[in-house]
Amino acid sequence: MKAKEFNIKWGMVIDLDKCTGCGACMTACQVENNIAPMVDSSNKLRTLSWMLVFEMSNKKPCPDAEIAYLPRPCMQCGNPACVPVCPVVATDKNEEGGIVSQIYPRCIGCRYCMAACPYHARYFNWEDPIFPKGMEKALSPSTSTRPRGVVEKCNFCHTRLQNAKDKVRMEGGNPEALPDGAYMPACSEVCPTGAITFGDLKNPEHKVHELAKSENAFRLLEKLGLAPQVYYMSKREWVRKLGDNYAATGKPGAEKKHS
Amino acid sequence: MEEKKQCKGCGGALPFVVGFVAAVIAGWVLFPGVLYSKQNQPIRFSHKVHQEQGMECASCHSFREDGSYAGLPNNEKCMECHADVVGSDPDELKYVEQYAKTGKEVPWLIYQSQPDNVLFSHKAHESFECKSCHLEVEKTDTPPVYYENRLSGYSKQTMKMWQCERCHAENGVSNACHVCHK
Repeated sequence: MKAKEFNIKWGMVIDLDKCTGCGACMTACQVENNIAPMVDSSNKLRTLSWMLVFEMSNKKPCPDAEIAYLPRPCMQCGNPACVPVCPVVATDKNEEGGIVSQIYPRCIGCRYCMAACPYHARYFNWEDPIFPKGMEKALSPSTSTRPRGVVEKCNFCHTRLQNAKDKVRMEGGNPEALPDGAYMPACSEVCPTGAITFGDLKNPEHKVHELAKSENAFRLLEKLGLAPQVYYMSKREWVRKLGDNYAATGKPGAEKKHS
Repeated sequence: MEEKKQCKGCGGALPFVVGFVAAVIAGWVLFPGVLYSKQNQPIRFSHKVHQEQGMECASCHSFREDGSYAGLPNNEKCMECHADVVGSDPDELKYVEQYAKTGKEVPWLIYQSQPDNVLFSHKAHESFECKSCHLEVEKTDTPPVYYENRLSGYSKQTMKMWQCERCHAENGVSNACHVCHK
């Protein structure tokens, strides 16, 4: 299947050398997207975490031991594996900007998309969300809550994109050419070390445009050819190699392919 | 033997016709009446009177600075004129006593209220006239009756997805899911 091309490609460049693994992005994400706290969140097969921070290690003994943290949102793949498997077109990549949509009322909960996604970015609602008393007053109007039996995932805080467009319209600008920083997902906004840079990968005026081309930039499991719109960067070779599961091309990091 | 072939008392096509008519009446006339509950606005607000004072839609229904839409005016806005009773209308008195003086917001019924997973940008649709989507209330003295679907809880008068999609298609605007859903 030929990947759709868009004039705008919203993307992230996450600097893994800046990430301290604090988890602020995960918290901001849960608040922004109305993810209910679970009664027992020790069962990680059932937790919902659109943004999840992984710990990586170079597996070396003490003097050389190093760790790195890897925040994983939805990769918004250029050629998504989840979209063609959906039997009811509840998920699609058809909007300018390239964000993969997920429409909860249409989802039938078959979970084919979860099986197809190699990044484990999709989550299934095993239970109805229950917000502790009083917390329902603090729900975000940005995201609708999901019932039991549907799949959900990160959508780059899509409502923030809509709000940013409205603001630009109010100021008389062009909503299809947002300035750098006008639209930012919650994780990127909250990151205390500024590890998550967000913007239009195709717009030279946006920082991510250059960052994604840096020699330290790579994408997760690039060999699969899903062309994620999320890039990572690290000066450490073992981190870059681990990003492609040590299986890229034998060269440090992954081979870079830019559209 | 000839007589036995005819079913006596069946009336030929009559039972079918009677059943058909009964089903049509039940489905088209009775069921919608049962499905929708009729509600009136808490205050008999007259758009006509306000319009005759020379007020525009935007005098009360306005945008915020960030481009979001404030929708219905709150007490603060209404009380710019209605902090005290103006005129002799009983609903005017009701508003001032029950809402303006107590600080409680009026629980207006919103004809165009959309489900939670719909995101509608008024700013993006600013070039259209209000009445191309909303009920034409500017000439009504009494607000129209609000019909609520007893099963879904949604307003009967709200815009349906096919209407949104058709207008988008006719105007060459994207019908991608995330354009309207959140």
